[in-house]
Amino acid sequence: MIVAVASGKGGTGKTTVAASLATIWDGPVLGVDLDVEEPNLHLFLHPAIAGSEIAHMTVPTVDEAKCTYCGACSELCQFKAISVFNQVILTFPEMCHSCGGCMAICPEKAISPGQRELGEISWGRAGGVGFLAGRLRIGEAMSPPLMRRVKARLEQMLAAAGGDAIIDAPPGVSCPAVNAVMDSEVILLVTEPTPFGVYDFKLAWEAFTPLGKPMGAVINRAGLGNDAIYRFCQEKGLPILAEIPYDRAIAEAYSRGRIIADLSPGLKETFVTLRDKIRDLAKPSQPRAAAHA
Amino acid sequence: MNRIAVTSEGPSLDDQVDPRFGRAAGFVVVDLETMETQYIDNGQSQVMAQGAGIQAAELVARAGVSCLLTGSVGPKAFQALAAAGIKVGQNLEGLTVREAVARFKSGQVEIAQAANRAGR
Repeated sequence: MIVAVASGKGGTGKTTVAASLATIWDGPVLGVDLDVEEPNLHLFLHPAIAGSEIAHMTVPTVDEAKCTYCGACSELCQFKAISVFNQVILTFPEMCHSCGGCMAICPEKAISPGQRELGEISWGRAGGVGFLAGRLRIGEAMSPPLMRRVKARLEQMLAAAGGDAIIDAPPGVSCPAVNAVMDSEVILLVTEPTPFGVYDFKLAWEAFTPLGKPMGAVINRAGLGNDAIYRFCQEKGLPILAEIPYDRAIAEAYSRGRIIADLSPGLKETFVTLRDKIRDLAKPSQPRAAAHA
Repeated sequence: MNRIAVTSEGPSLDDQVDPRFGRAAGFVVVDLETMETQYIDNGQSQVMAQGAGIQAAELVARAGVSCLLTGSVGPKAFQALAAAGIKVGQNLEGLTVREAVARFKSGQVEIAQAANRAGR
């Protein structure tokens, strides 16, 4: 089972929940940081890194000796990653979405695959918890290509070793957030009962509902704000799977990179109950979609 | 024939210089000898999610101009204009197209060596 921990609003506690869930999980589990723009799951799991690799995507390289400046590639490219100006051809690798169209259409076969670095993928272990994370190269504008590479490795790791995975997703509701949750069996939406939290929670609910996956809410900083989030969940029939109290001791533990499930028997119980409710929510299990965002 | 292009908010010499290059409304192409004009609409670049500057550079390159007058040019568009052999005069926002052309003709427009806007 793959559980994606997502949220509309940033800073609601995705990583706090993901790290605690991974730590109390019964059975083999992988903690996966798919928030590749600002990965931070490692700050809580403290994994020993066993390996890493640099991920690349294919971008065009032009052999100017073969190019006749016909402009077919330039006309095809919707992202202006390759452009012909009179007798000059330019590539803008950072604009490329790696569709391969320019290479396919070039009548002179003057365009061959080059590479753009996307970032780094690393993996390791934190005690009994497996670890996998992506870190986007500084300056790279698109995170889904790297996320897809991380997810491909996740598939390999799950196929090889079995077990479950808990994905720490990026915040928001745009392509990276959808990309992070679309291959999961269950989506946890972590929020806080503040007006900002509720507003972004609604957006996330709207964005992820069409995926047709079981979803549940985790209300962090419970006791803060108002009851709008509870009313929304009730109205939409969205189960509230856990509430984490608004508590200074939790904030202090978080700021020291600690797992909050380790803080007290009560908090541990909160996450154990959450795990069991996630398992219930996942039944009857749905076949995992092979699609990629 | 010496033709230059000016980013413009409208089709005539009396329209304002559009301060943007990639997302300019259009380009007034001016023949410096006859002052005859031709207007190139840039609507197709304005609606692009990315690459507007590069596409706009393709449009002005196709018009066969030697120089472009505008407000700001980003780094990719600047690189593209340089590749097309088009000189760039920047920081001309606030003038009409006619005033910008007059300033260019009198030699008061400095040819830019680099983009004056950060990339996006």
